[in-house]
Amino acid sequence: MPAPDATREAVLSVDLASESVRQLNQRLHDALQPQRVRVVNPAGMHSIAVGIDAAHEVEIDGHVGYYCAGMNKLATVRVRGNCGVGVAENMMSGSVIVEGSASQSAAASARGGLLVVHGDASARCAISLKGADVVVRGSVGHMSAFMAQKGALVVCGDAGEALGDSLYEARLYVRGAVAGLGADCIEKEMRAEHVEQLSRLLERAEIDEVDATDFRRYGSARQLYNFHVDNLGSY
Amino acid sequence: MCGIAGLYTKSPALQAQLGEHLARMLEQLSFRGPDSAGVAFYRDPAPAGSCKISLCGAESAPHWGAIGEELAEALGETSAPRVRATHAVFVVEAEPEHVQSWLAEHHPELRLMSAGSSIEIYKEAGRPSEFVRRFAIEQIDGSHALGHTRMATESRVTTEHSHPFSTGLDLCLVHNGSLSNHNRLRRKLRREGIHFQTDNDSEVAAGYLTWRLREGASLEQALEGCLADLDGFYTFAVGSADGFAVLRDPIACKPAIMAETDEWVAIASEYRAIAVLPGAEDAVSWEPDPGRVYSWGTTLVA
Repeated sequence: MPAPDATREAVLSVDLASESVRQLNQRLHDALQPQRVRVVNPAGMHSIAVGIDAAHEVEIDGHVGYYCAGMNKLATVRVRGNCGVGVAENMMSGSVIVEGSASQSAAASARGGLLVVHGDASARCAISLKGADVVVRGSVGHMSAFMAQKGALVVCGDAGEALGDSLYEARLYVRGAVAGLGADCIEKEMRAEHVEQLSRLLERAEIDEVDATDFRRYGSARQLYNFHVDNLGSY
Repeated sequence: MCGIAGLYTKSPALQAQLGEHLARMLEQLSFRGPDSAGVAFYRDPAPAGSCKISLCGAESAPHWGAIGEELAEALGETSAPRVRATHAVFVVEAEPEHVQSWLAEHHPELRLMSAGSSIEIYKEAGRPSEFVRRFAIEQIDGSHALGHTRMATESRVTTEHSHPFSTGLDLCLVHNGSLSNHNRLRRKLRREGIHFQTDNDSEVAAGYLTWRLREGASLEQALEGCLADLDGFYTFAVGSADGFAVLRDPIACKPAIMAETDEWVAIASEYRAIAVLPGAEDAVSWEPDPGRVYSWGTTLVA
């Protein structure tokens, strides 16, 4: 992470016990120059720090509710706690770091950027992923990477049932046990390019206790109906 | 969308504030269920040989004192009514089945909300904040309690359609989700002699548990039966005299979070309802796994 420059020295502190989430988000949207913002007393509230479109650095002290840092663009959002459903959903770029665990549908439909979850992520992590990278230090729940199209999901722990069901071209890396693969998801060979990609992702996520060569790779078998060239005429 | 809240006290010191904490949890869940609200409190057990009943007087304000005198004359010693808004609680020296059949015959206008030793159920259509105020929920003490806020999706908004649903003596159910095979299951359960007050899907889940328990299943077995026999989405919380149990459907469509400290165990639809509890920031919290029965209380799951 680059050292904060002079314009970012001042840290704006926002207390959600006295200011509304809407006010916080409005400030983040109105600030054209990158800001450093510290948010306290999130108390599980929804939609904290959504829709940011600047390279802000936002730190949230505590647990947040649904859709935290949704649609994030450019900003770095760090949650010092757990997240509810849909953290970093539809993220476009930037990074979201969760120091605790994340609930369902983390990084749903995210197009770019990086989500790091240092605890576990529950069901449907990286569902419909469209290009972002997701690194989970713990385990993920069932139906993770469902219909994931592009990007990578890295799981240092275990994966639940139906991993990668109806997967498109996202890459899945799992270090621990996989309870079961979803339809059309298969294990694939871990080639040098994959070890390299994975090593870079782990480095960006600041996870250094695991080795990229300990992971297995999973991807699409490309056998579902719409992958068959014989079916082309029916479109 | 609905909201579920449950709080189980591990230390007696917290019991006096049970209602206060549950009220705050319900307020946090108001936006998940603005149509109606309800609670089940477990408190102040009736002496052996007596049972406790919760009655709802619907629109007409019944003369609770006179009803108490009738109960005493017909069945046995009856406590003075403890009235809370449209509801009243009596302790009657009689078998709960006798009280139930006597009420059905002599006061069909009254609705029996719960029966058992320690359970009390209060529920009403309307905003949760209004419910909390009218019923003075924050004043109720007890060992544990469940609450619900309802956003109706498949049947009418009335007090009868509100949660918790009684599922037998000292048992109740709150539900977030929707069931798709409830009509067929209700017909089957009616043939088994289970009574229903409404066309509500959650009441069928409650009736299903009642039936399974009547047939000799443990609460854990009855809940596991839900996984096979109920089609739909659900997070259930089931209260009993000893504690509560939680079950989510096998694909965990509906949210649930649990948290525990040395003082309490809580379940809620969202963390924000747990954040209002004392010591929440240091609680151990987790999402219950799909299709797995969790329970608190010593003899809850035999």
